[in-house]
Amino acid sequence: MMFLLCSIFASAQSVSNPPVEMADQMRSNGKIYVVVGVLVIILFGLLTYLVSIDKKIGRVEKDIEEFKKGK
Amino acid sequence: MKSSWWKYLCVFVLTYTVIAGFLMPVPMLEILHETIRNLYFHVCMWFAMMFILSVSLFYSLKYLNKPNEDYDIIASQTSYVGLVFGILGLITGSLWAKYTWGAWWTNDPKLNGAAIALLSYFAYVVLRNAMDDEQKRARISAVYNIFAYVMMITFIMIYPRLKEVDSLHPGNGGNPGFSKYDLDSHMRLVFYPAIIGWILLSWWISSINIRTERIKRYLHNQ
Repeated sequence: MMFLLCSIFASAQSVSNPPVEMADQMRSNGKIYVVVGVLVIILFGLLTYLVSIDKKIGRVEKDIEEFKKGK
Repeated sequence: MKSSWWKYLCVFVLTYTVIAGFLMPVPMLEILHETIRNLYFHVCMWFAMMFILSVSLFYSLKYLNKPNEDYDIIASQTSYVGLVFGILGLITGSLWAKYTWGAWWTNDPKLNGAAIALLSYFAYVVLRNAMDDEQKRARISAVYNIFAYVMMITFIMIYPRLKEVDSLHPGNGGNPGFSKYDLDSHMRLVFYPAIIGWILLSWWISSINIRTERIKRYLHNQ
């Protein structure tokens, strides 16, 4: 993971000499990382929610199984 | 969580997609600029939709071969999820088009084709809701699902690729294909995992819907 991050940062820096305008300013003052941070938080929030729904369904399935046995 | 290794993989790959998708270098191109990064998100919606609708078709065929209620559940729930991914693809594409092609909607064959394909799946939902008898609903919607899938493939995969049809999309109408940009090995490094991640997510959401529906039917039959 560390290696991955290092290589990403290294390669992000190598984007220079711009004939085409890119988000260079945002990258140079480091604020693109804020956007990435926000997106990672949102993604994690949604995925955690999905996990909790998954577990909830699992509990209901268990209840139903027990109900079937009890019948 | 039930059988969860691929769910961990999904979380990991999607996190990687968001981080690397924004920070990895991309080819610098006029008009597209940084929006080329949409490849990891917008295009993947369509991949996920194609995957999950193929699963849906597979189970519809299985149902017609052997009328098992569970096949109907899987076929219906996956096609609902496919519709959601398709709508997301359409909306994100519209936003992207506004800032690169200059309009929310163009008469691009891929746009209209995708819209028609989605409408045929909307009709699938309406058709299902219109019938009360469970077996009849399962059989008729399984047959319709085959038709909807053929419509989808025709309008998304075949129609925009016809020689007479001009499209603004890469790879059509004399535009360079994305495979040309993809040759940038950095983009491939993100794009391929991104496809897998979004496909896994579509199956994850479908599996939750399927399990909910199974419980609902069980309680209904009591």
